[in-house]
Amino acid sequence: MPRFLASRPDSRLIPLPWQTPLAQWPVENLVALPRGISRHVVRFIKVGSSVYAAKEVIEHLAMHEYQMLTNLHRLDTPAVEPLAVVTDRVAEDGEPLDPILITRHLEFSLPYRSLFDHGVRPDTVTRLVDAMVVLLARLHLVGFVWGDVSLSNVLFRRDAGEFAAYLVDAETAEMHEELTDGQRENDLQVASVNLYGEFCDLEAGGMLDPSLHPMALVDSIMVRYHELWAELTGVEEFPGSEVARIENRVRRLNAMGFDVAEMDLQTTPDGSHIRIQPKVVDAGHHSRLLLRLTGLDTEENQARRLLNDMMTFRWRTGQQHVDEAVVAHQWLTECFQPVVNAVPAELRGKRDAAQIFHEVLDYRWYQAQRESREVPLMEAAEGYINDVLRSLPDERRNLTMVPPHPDERQLANPFDPSQGFADDEDGPPPVDPWEAEADDAADAGVLDIAALRAKAKGHSA
Amino acid sequence: MATVSYKDACRVYPGADHPAVNNLNLDIGDGEFMVLVGPSGCGKSTSLRMLAGLEEVNSGQIMIGERDVTDLPPKDRDIAMVFQNYALYPHMTVADNMGFALKMAGVPKADRDKRVQEAAKLLGLEEFLSRKPKALSGGQRQRVAMGRAIVRQPQVFLMDEPLSNLDAKLRVSTRTQIAALQTRLGVTTVYVTHDQVEAMTMGDRVAVMKDGILQQVDSPLTLYDAPDNLFVAGFIGSPAMNLMTGSIVDGGVKIGDYTMPVARDVLAKAEGEDQLIVGIRPENFVVAEQGISLDVDVVEELGADGYIYGSLAGLPADEKLTAQQIVARVSARKPPQRGSVVRLNAADPSSVHIFSKKTELRIS
Ligand SMILES: Nc1ncnc2c1ncn2[C@@H]1O[C@H](COP(=O)(O)OP(=O)(O)OP(=O)(O)O)[C@@H](O)[C@H]1O
Ligand SMILES: Nc1ncnc2c1ncn2[C@@H]1O[C@H](COP(=O)(O)OP(=O)(O)O)[C@@H](O)[C@H]1O
Ligand SMILES: [Mg+2]
Repeated sequence: MPRFLASRPDSRLIPLPWQTPLAQWPVENLVALPRGISRHVVRFIKVGSSVYAAKEVIEHLAMHEYQMLTNLHRLDTPAVEPLAVVTDRVAEDGEPLDPILITRHLEFSLPYRSLFDHGVRPDTVTRLVDAMVVLLARLHLVGFVWGDVSLSNVLFRRDAGEFAAYLVDAETAEMHEELTDGQRENDLQVASVNLYGEFCDLEAGGMLDPSLHPMALVDSIMVRYHELWAELTGVEEFPGSEVARIENRVRRLNAMGFDVAEMDLQTTPDGSHIRIQPKVVDAGHHSRLLLRLTGLDTEENQARRLLNDMMTFRWRTGQQHVDEAVVAHQWLTECFQPVVNAVPAELRGKRDAAQIFHEVLDYRWYQAQRESREVPLMEAAEGYINDVLRSLPDERRNLTMVPPHPDERQLANPFDPSQGFADDEDGPPPVDPWEAEADDAADAGVLDIAALRAKAKGHSA
Repeated sequence: MATVSYKDACRVYPGADHPAVNNLNLDIGDGEFMVLVGPSGCGKSTSLRMLAGLEEVNSGQIMIGERDVTDLPPKDRDIAMVFQNYALYPHMTVADNMGFALKMAGVPKADRDKRVQEAAKLLGLEEFLSRKPKALSGGQRQRVAMGRAIVRQPQVFLMDEPLSNLDAKLRVSTRTQIAALQTRLGVTTVYVTHDQVEAMTMGDRVAVMKDGILQQVDSPLTLYDAPDNLFVAGFIGSPAMNLMTGSIVDGGVKIGDYTMPVARDVLAKAEGEDQLIVGIRPENFVVAEQGISLDVDVVEELGADGYIYGSLAGLPADEKLTAQQIVARVSARKPPQRGSVVRLNAADPSSVHIFSKKTELRIS
């Protein structure tokens, strides 16, 4: 009987075919959504009206990953949400099966391969890289060494004009109070090798814009990471007369989306200089503020955009002296909600609400430029819905991508991009003598001391 | 071609109250396969990262060959770190999957091709070079991953738990392959694992660590036959060595109702102690007339051999629950019955290890 480890048990999981290896699950349990490559068998499964991601993986790693993802969730760091580990699986023939880790499918997430399948503009690639750098720095700030940094282990979500990155794979991770430079450097080395490989793979598959070079992309990640880290944690020293620089540092960090919860401030022994260093910085400066004011839970740049619109609203309605919370409520009911409610139900899976609002604001700005007039919000919303939204793919679960467009290459297995395209057929595999040898493997957990003694004798003879 | 030495190397993490790696002294020979093993958190990975240049050395030195690399950046050390994770890229050929890190390092194409070709030959993968990896088996993928490291031709390979995410079967075949390849290549290798079976089957020598301190470094057989202390004795071997506490009496150590004879000169080393720990491996027990008496709880038959599990006979019921389990290998032809009482003795006095309870060192 399978066992379910979960913080909130979901009885809908019970009837699933746990006695079947995940790779052989019946199609009616599966959903073919785009995703990254993986070594393990990973499938998206239908559970009631929800979609979950299932990964078949050996027990100690499944438990470890569940634990790590739980920690990240508690720390409010972007990662997929762990739901359960299913252990004690036994196949119909009595053979034990590896456990399955279940996470919630991250809605509106875009794995990099699905972005690249449709061709990506060079500046989009830069944005993806930026999002990844922010994620890595955030993980490092909370003491999380990842160990397996790669594009495949990240999911992207639209975040106004930028992207937000989420962690998917925490198997190799460790958490400590604070990381050393060496531990962070280790992650960066892993990142550079993996990303170089992934960019080369996109290049080989004809999916990378020819103006982009894998090495240059990888270098830019290193540079950006170091810049960001220096801003987040670096020591700054200046003459006592320039105290405004303390405020400036905080503002710069806020603008980058970080709050300074604790700043270390010292004067030099001779009293002439001040030395500052942020000690505790939390990401989500704008999204926390927006959440507090409106209850809307959005990505950071979306929040920034919405807050800006709220400020414009306050100014336009002449409410500079009215309490922020009151204005926020008015903005929510008079601007945000009407736009979101104008979207027909069948189009709501295309973008999340905050992203739609952001795109409507953009649409209105361009229309206003074009027609040199003020465009009322609801007029822009109508225009956007009809001219833009209707023709966009569905991204909540990315369903329109399956089946692929006729001019797109077909995956060898629609549920697993790790197996490449169907049309690069190689013919029957060559014989491999090593494979045959590998079959008579001993029991991994038992020390065969007799064999060791025999081997040692052989050496000395 | 290089030796590696740690000389009094220490690493204290900021805020930690004791060093993660404490005065490590370890000399690794040219071409040697050295395995660092120990329970999680004992400082293995830290030691490896110190050698890689990814962790500051707070005091002491690290040498590669004649060079003091203590303060050199990672890229100047001529080492290749083999990561635990590897991905095969579906659109690239097996050859490109093996050689891409060389391309990244700016190695010219002709040289790259040659090195990939050589590595493929060594790995039995020549026939696969122009193929895409999608049809490769788990074992073949693992070999491509090894090829990635081999083509870099470093002075030293560093491997941190490269097999930890493989299933049992693949782990066994891959560990044999890595060890065989390392022997053929003759590149000095430092390999980290928490799995003592892996350590013992792969290493030329094995360094056992605990709480940041090197406990013993020796060939696998020496570790097994002559563990320096209680920790090594209990950590190495599966099933583990039986470690039984007994009182010192005239001529030996009393375990239950039996006095295990111990040489006087050994007992003399335990001056001032009342108790000693007797260690006997399960396969060194024989069923005998005289010996430690055991209540047999479980009998497990595995082919020609069997194991019996039980606890010291004659214990009161409440102590029995918490009593240490004793394991002995017995011939499966005539195994004792579950519920019976048997007497066990050491097959050979040299297989009885005596440890001081106070210092935990072996005194026999
Ligand atoms: N909760 C989720 N929501 C959306 N996508 C997911 C989720 N979990 C996994 N995926 C997708 O599945 C892919 C593979 O998952 P994952 O990285 O955990 O597998 P893996 O076998 O451990 O990979 P690796 O080879 O990197 O170790 C990811 O790249 C991601 O696209
Ligand atoms: N950044 C850190 N800060 C404090 N302690 C750490 C840090 N990184 C590792 N440690 C601790 O150092 C010890 C050794 O860790 P590690 O070398 O990873 O051990 P192992 O590889 O043997 O599991 C552990 O107790 C670990 O928790
Ligand atoms: Mg992954």
